[in-house]
Amino acid sequence: MQTTRHIPYLLIAPSVVFLALLIGWPLVQTVALAFWSDGAWSIGNFRRIADDLNFNDAIINTFKVVVVVVPLQLAVALGMAMMLRHIRFGRDIVLWIWSIPLGISDLAAGLVWLAILNDRGYLNTILYNIGLISGPESWLTYETPAALWAAIVLAELWRATAIVLVILVAGIQVLPKEYGEAADVFGATPWQRFLRVTLPLLKPSIQSAVMLRTVLALEMFAIVLSLGGRNFPVLVSEAFNWQYTNQDYGAAAAYAVIVMLVSLFATLLYLRVLRVPQEQR
Amino acid sequence: MRKISHVLSGALLAVGIAGGLAGGAARADDLVFMSTQLRPVEEAQKVRDVILKDFAGHVNFVVDQPQQLLVRFRAEQQGGSHTISLVGALHGELEPLASGNFLMPVDDLAAQLSGRGILPKLMTLGRFGGEHQMYIPWMQASYIMVANKQALPFLPAGADINKLTYDQLAAWGKAIQDKTGKRLLGFPAGPQGLMHRFFEGYLYPSFTGGVVTTFRSPDAVSMWTQFRGLWKYVNPNSTSYGFMQEPLLSGDVWIAFDHEARMLDALRKRPDDFVAFPPPAGPHGAGFMPVIAGLAISLDAPDAAGAKALIEYLLRPETQILTARSTSFLPVLKVGLPADLDPGLRMAADAIQQAQAAPDAIASVLPIGLGDKSGEFDKVFLDTFQLIVLRGAKPEDALAREAAQLQQVLDQTQAPCWSPDPSSQGACKVK
Repeated sequence: MQTTRHIPYLLIAPSVVFLALLIGWPLVQTVALAFWSDGAWSIGNFRRIADDLNFNDAIINTFKVVVVVVPLQLAVALGMAMMLRHIRFGRDIVLWIWSIPLGISDLAAGLVWLAILNDRGYLNTILYNIGLISGPESWLTYETPAALWAAIVLAELWRATAIVLVILVAGIQVLPKEYGEAADVFGATPWQRFLRVTLPLLKPSIQSAVMLRTVLALEMFAIVLSLGGRNFPVLVSEAFNWQYTNQDYGAAAAYAVIVMLVSLFATLLYLRVLRVPQEQR
Repeated sequence: MRKISHVLSGALLAVGIAGGLAGGAARADDLVFMSTQLRPVEEAQKVRDVILKDFAGHVNFVVDQPQQLLVRFRAEQQGGSHTISLVGALHGELEPLASGNFLMPVDDLAAQLSGRGILPKLMTLGRFGGEHQMYIPWMQASYIMVANKQALPFLPAGADINKLTYDQLAAWGKAIQDKTGKRLLGFPAGPQGLMHRFFEGYLYPSFTGGVVTTFRSPDAVSMWTQFRGLWKYVNPNSTSYGFMQEPLLSGDVWIAFDHEARMLDALRKRPDDFVAFPPPAGPHGAGFMPVIAGLAISLDAPDAAGAKALIEYLLRPETQILTARSTSFLPVLKVGLPADLDPGLRMAADAIQQAQAAPDAIASVLPIGLGDKSGEFDKVFLDTFQLIVLRGAKPEDALAREAAQLQQVLDQTQAPCWSPDPSSQGACKVK
């Protein structure tokens, strides 16, 4: 018995060591780098980035996308998952098509939308052909911030709704049918059944999905960069600029720490707000 | 534990295989020539297949982003494994390597090549103001303007395209907008663009006669006010443009400023549709900023002798002309360009020649002595542009704010002034 008790630990040891070395250690280094400036421990790097003209924009822009994209994605993915329940033939094919954006890299997704939305893109071609515009119309410039924001939301929505969907579909598949049938017996409308039965039962899946999506959305980069460039600074693109363009690694690390703290806070918030009762875990 | 060690050795094997594959056909004893220039795939391939074809040794020509150069040198030094022998990069990119003590002085090579006719001005730059030759000039280029011929009828009356002023450029852009309804001036102000060089080497010297010392002078205030006026005729997509050849070819822009190499594709593809001309002049003259790429040898070069032989080869007159033909850079030697040079490159070369020879030319060099702070130096100019031109801030306020940032960069690096600013004792000061 003595030896079998150790087996689980032995089995997870490689992954623990791997994560500690390749994620834990760089994390410690990043935090240290963020608080080290001009040869002493200080918050100088944070002061430096807070003083920068893009700092407020980066924070506002990031949240402007996250607070819209995550709830929208949840709603859309829930709708898709519910529809999928009622499809009998070709369900797998539909699911497969819906998850295609998952297999595309962020940068490629950004370039796809750039091809649609740039001055000579598909959108303008269509609008021109049906007579709505008389020449190339710009959507992605500093003069059209609302359209640029909408384009980024749209691209993020297209790109990452599938991950929410996949998690929700997996959750729905294991829901016991009895509750729904019981609700039917008591005369619940489909809408009541969805709100009172399905949604509460799905809470653990929803929790994981929004947590994952929020953290990933806070880290958005490639799509924003390809569509917005300098016109739409976000937290991670600013970290990238400080690291590579300005070559100030401390300031870049400070941005990384901010992204980490915001993600951590969001995760804790979800754990608290979407608390799953013990018996449902 | 045995299983774990199996897994580990399997993983190591996989990494080893991947590493081997990534190396391609290169051999371990090849001379590694790392370059931040000639990065596009076709150009890099021309270096391998055409320019290096007649060189006696085996060369592994690798390219990387300029930002990665210093990172890579630091990593190799920390890791203790040195692979790079020869570095080809711009003057400003080599500077942090020289100040970081990553480069081998090449005084002997400079003496050996003294008979080749390398332009003395360029050779001097390779000393970074010090005693030792740190790099040998390799290729040169500069910034020019290119216009679509459709724009020429709109040139203001009496304007000579080869002696344009900024007022005339604005009037030109306005005339085009009045007639076509489109804003067809263009600048490379996107994330990949070189807009900061326009401010450092062209706008500031032309309007204020300096760059750092005159950063917040009354001349600078009127310059930004005037440039904000000109920006009304600039295509708003400019903040996304990286290489101006693309909007020129698509017709989104009719008149553009950029690095000659970044517009050459347009000139080469449709030489009959475009004209090249020198950038405009301001009240103080016409700014002119040569771009110099140099060849330097790594201090810990695995093959320093091979690197020297390769530099000697690349600076032969015939190799220099071959390089001009195959790439978008011009020779650093006093050699005549061959008559059968392609018309696009010749147009660009002529425009550069005119800019260089203009009687009111104010030559600037790329920032010197900033080391790894050169990115923050550029940021000051881009931020000022963003504040005043894109966000409409009051020029005096924006300049006061950014002057403090600029002074901080100069104090941290203790960089003395470089031309066109008058030379200084100690760190250059914003007046």
